[in-house]
Amino acid sequence: MPRLWLLTCLGLIIALSVVSIFVGVIALSPLDLFQDPEALQLLAVSRLPRTAAAVLTGCSMAVSGQIMQILVRNKFVEPISAGTGQAAALGILLSVLLFPAAGLAIKMSLAAATALLGTMGFLALVQRLPPTEPLLVPLVGLVYGGILGAVMVFIAYQADLLQYVDVWMLGEFSGVMRGRYELLWIAGIAALVSYLIADQFAILGLGRDMSLSLGLNHRQVMALGLLCVSVVSALTVVTVGMLPFIGLVVPNLISRRLGDNLRVTLPVTALLGGVFVLACDILARVIRHPYEVPVGTVFGVLGTLAFLWLIYARPRHA
Amino acid sequence: MIRIRNLSHQIAGHDILRNVDLDLSKGGLTALVGPNGAGKSTLLSLVARLAATQSGAIEINGLDLKKISHGDLAQLLAILPQVLTSTHRISVQDLVGFGRYPYSHGRLTSKDRQVIEQVLASFELEGIRHRFLDTLSGGQRQRAYTAMAWAQDTEYLLLDEPLNNLDIAASRSLMARLKRLAEQERRTIVIVLHDINYAAGYADHIVAMKAGEIVEAGAPEAIVTEAFLSRVFDTEAQVTHVAGRPLVVV
Repeated sequence: MPRLWLLTCLGLIIALSVVSIFVGVIALSPLDLFQDPEALQLLAVSRLPRTAAAVLTGCSMAVSGQIMQILVRNKFVEPISAGTGQAAALGILLSVLLFPAAGLAIKMSLAAATALLGTMGFLALVQRLPPTEPLLVPLVGLVYGGILGAVMVFIAYQADLLQYVDVWMLGEFSGVMRGRYELLWIAGIAALVSYLIADQFAILGLGRDMSLSLGLNHRQVMALGLLCVSVVSALTVVTVGMLPFIGLVVPNLISRRLGDNLRVTLPVTALLGGVFVLACDILARVIRHPYEVPVGTVFGVLGTLAFLWLIYARPRHA
Repeated sequence: MIRIRNLSHQIAGHDILRNVDLDLSKGGLTALVGPNGAGKSTLLSLVARLAATQSGAIEINGLDLKKISHGDLAQLLAILPQVLTSTHRISVQDLVGFGRYPYSHGRLTSKDRQVIEQVLASFELEGIRHRFLDTLSGGQRQRAYTAMAWAQDTEYLLLDEPLNNLDIAASRSLMARLKRLAEQERRTIVIVLHDINYAAGYADHIVAMKAGEIVEAGAPEAIVTEAFLSRVFDTEAQVTHVAGRPLVVV
């Protein structure tokens, strides 16, 4: 069954990518590619980067959501709504304020560093919560993310930088062009690297004591997970903005259907994340054609419905 | 052999263990008994290095516990903690496969697969091998986790209150299975038990703790008496004997 899911998702990604290439404000048909040199230009500068950005964002956000759930040992959290995304945005805001002349690499590093600190703060907070109340964890995450977000908005307001904040808070792909999205490949690589140690993450999910008993270097795997979550969040927030719910809905859906053995399920989680984001981006482009709705809004609406379904629907018992 | 010398431990300023000296020799099933808060779980977690030793020393087969690497320790000693995750959607077979992590680090070899099959058979899990943990009964889940720890193929196995939440049938079958397997494969099992009758019925050796100290140790027939219950558990209960084993009338 996991293989069927994997192949289906792969097929959907290819099909949706083809659709994504030919959907947009400027009409583009497959035939144009052979006749019109401007069509090729459009493909290379805008449509292909946009499609790649959507797939990379979806894959890496779904994987980082899954890893965050393992780190916190709670299935109802994801980095973007639990402080990591807001901390990353805070970091990039600070870098704009403090080092306006710095290059993108330095700004990115600062964003990743604050994302790491923000996630560690969240972990420290939820470790004090009673384990008998699992729904407290996402609630604390929402409050914590809200506070970090408010701090960021306040600083931005003081510095007259609010227009940036909107860009980071609301994810969308309309600004993606060649030369402006390539950092997302690093997020994709981070997701790929985490697959290499999928077994270790799966064991980490059994809890600290059990993973220590199995000889896992618990601290090291935790640190790697934190790093992956922070880097992916920082890169996506800076490049396309915050896309909530992907990291929550996709891993939960896969867990329901295929279980939590990450060696088997993580590739499916990644691909399904890509499918979701790409589909939502296409929807965002056609729903008010020729205008666009931010993909974050589309996913927000669909994701909320999916989240409610996850909370109220019982998992199927074999 | 596990040698514990002068072990003391404090949590939040309270003495949990006081100058514990204990030798656990190889082979057989040792039951660790005592009232709530006696320090049994803490002792077990220190021996398994889930928490760092504060003062005193622990040696396993003559090696200082502090100097054993993660990987080596996981091939020498396994612990099954008291609280087991029940929401994780892992199949029984995959869970038992995790027990091979110290050897294969996730890439199962044909020897690992052979061990997994054997363990699934000895714990009678073949029929439910593809079920997820969250769909199992408490007894089945405990059996699956114990099988995982067994698949780790360690000389020492520490179990923290495995009979919690198990009914009498599941409890008796787990204890009988552990006793039989320990003898067959010459492993050493240390098990924290709440019910003194299970300790008296299945253990080769009983170690009793109270208020962070070892108060008695010996064979069940020798130490389970009315005076022992009164001293260790502060309860006046009658002790009879059935088939040579002491039995506490509850």
